[in-house]
Amino acid sequence: MEDLIFNLFIFVLASFVGFELISKVPPTLHTPLMSGANAISGITLIGALIIAGGSESVYAQWIGFVAIVFATINVVGGFMVTDRMLEMFKKKEDDK
Amino acid sequence: MSQFLPDFIQSYIPNSIQLIYLIATGFFIVGIRRLGSPATARSGNQLASIGMFIGVFVTLFDRDIISFEFIIAGVILGALLGAFAAKKVKMTAMPEMVAVFNGFGGGASALVAWGEFSRLETGSFEVQALITTGLSILIGSITFTGSFIAFGKLKGFIGGGRIALPGQNIINLVLTAAALALVGWFTVDPEYQLVFWSLFGLALLIGVLTVLPIGGADMPVVISLLNSYSGIAASMAGFVLGNNLLIISGALVGAAGLILTNIMCQAMNRTLFNVLFGAFGGDEGGPGQDLGDKSVQQTFADDVAIQCSYANKVIVVPGYGLAVAQAQHILKEVANLLEEKGVTVKYGIHPVAGRMPGHMNVLLAEADVPYDQLYDMDDINPEFKSTDVVLIIGANDVVNPAAKTNPGSPIYGMPILDVDEAKRTIVFKRSMNPGYAGIENELFYSDKNQMFFGDAKKSLQDLAVAIKELD
Repeated sequence: MEDLIFNLFIFVLASFVGFELISKVPPTLHTPLMSGANAISGITLIGALIIAGGSESVYAQWIGFVAIVFATINVVGGFMVTDRMLEMFKKKEDDK
Repeated sequence: MSQFLPDFIQSYIPNSIQLIYLIATGFFIVGIRRLGSPATARSGNQLASIGMFIGVFVTLFDRDIISFEFIIAGVILGALLGAFAAKKVKMTAMPEMVAVFNGFGGGASALVAWGEFSRLETGSFEVQALITTGLSILIGSITFTGSFIAFGKLKGFIGGGRIALPGQNIINLVLTAAALALVGWFTVDPEYQLVFWSLFGLALLIGVLTVLPIGGADMPVVISLLNSYSGIAASMAGFVLGNNLLIISGALVGAAGLILTNIMCQAMNRTLFNVLFGAFGGDEGGPGQDLGDKSVQQTFADDVAIQCSYANKVIVVPGYGLAVAQAQHILKEVANLLEEKGVTVKYGIHPVAGRMPGHMNVLLAEADVPYDQLYDMDDINPEFKSTDVVLIIGANDVVNPAAKTNPGSPIYGMPILDVDEAKRTIVFKRSMNPGYAGIENELFYSDKNQMFFGDAKKSLQDLAVAIKELD
């Protein structure tokens, strides 16, 4: 139970950091922000690696495999598409 | 990979992994921070991706990971699919793309919790792992199916309007309560297979049923909320595995999604509950809607060209119709022609224009419109008084004065762009059909307003030709 409480502390504090970080973002960047944050939520890939790389059961490994495919799509696609969007944001001076 | 390292190093590995996770966390936080300003946003995204790479790479040294066939195959397959989709997607289809990626992320979190649960030996369950496993499966699965339904609605595979069974809201509330009860039951009796599978199935069903009734105009809220869910699901998976990096990153994303959801709700003057459980209908006409015998003034490209060319200041108000017509590039060309004539051109962007937060900004950026010409609602509203012509392209509800004047209107109280203060408004529209919210717009019948009927792209092309011919 102590672990749960400790993890809960981390969760709540990290949420506050998240609120502080995001509340200042201008509307212009809402789409890239969402897409970038979405790519970060693919961090669950790390959990998928641990499941797929363990050897206790082939059943779990297959679940892990599908999880890896899903999470990697999220991570790689998310970061790349965000980069593609942000590449287009320019100031007027850089226009020409 | 730890088995390939010498013994004396192996004992340091668990702590080293944790410390490197801390570094990855730092990359994420600084990355998100830098995403907050247009000048640094790109580097912020790159920093976050470096953090992700570090986190993933160092995890490969985890002692529990001893076989790599599944990992290598999964990462290659996922990376190819993700990269292909990211390269190919059109900017107008960005809301769909984010929804899909989001769905995969949520699905992955549910699978991670399931996989970890299936590895545990019976009898060795701990309560805290079980609660979070249940929650991770619940939230992850809702995100998974919810996102794909949102994708289907945005793509038009599924009707954009309200699709609802009678008593849908009560059904959804009951199902959600039942799912939470199943999480509790699962915690008490994890070996009862039927409970586990019922929870999984019910969660997938809730994702479908909660997103299905939500109309197209509310999609910015839904996408933000699903984004938040996928973060919380990842965080819950972190609780299951006792992994701090997952808990923290998931919480950051969860918080980000909630803030955006809140901003979107405020922009529509609606509560989240109202969006989720009370979609706009097409038939709530309210009093004062009878505009029967009023008529609209119609206009054509030549006339619009003259009005714009001799204006001092023109403000463009883009909406989803611009995206549908793929007209952002030709719009930029028209703006260039006007600027060459010395006209000041600005863009006024409503927070919920488009189908996801900031969607219009991305489309205009794609057409090389510099971001310092794009103005938020609060910044542009004082300027309409001194504006000669407002071009409203594919937008409707965000300029509807009923939001200010008609308490019976479903959108009453929603902050809008005050285009009616300008000397002249010109609405680019395909026909007189009401917008997504299904509400009549008095602006169209105003003396100061003219309607320019036709597909937005075609109309703007005609306008560009007409402006050139004036020289």
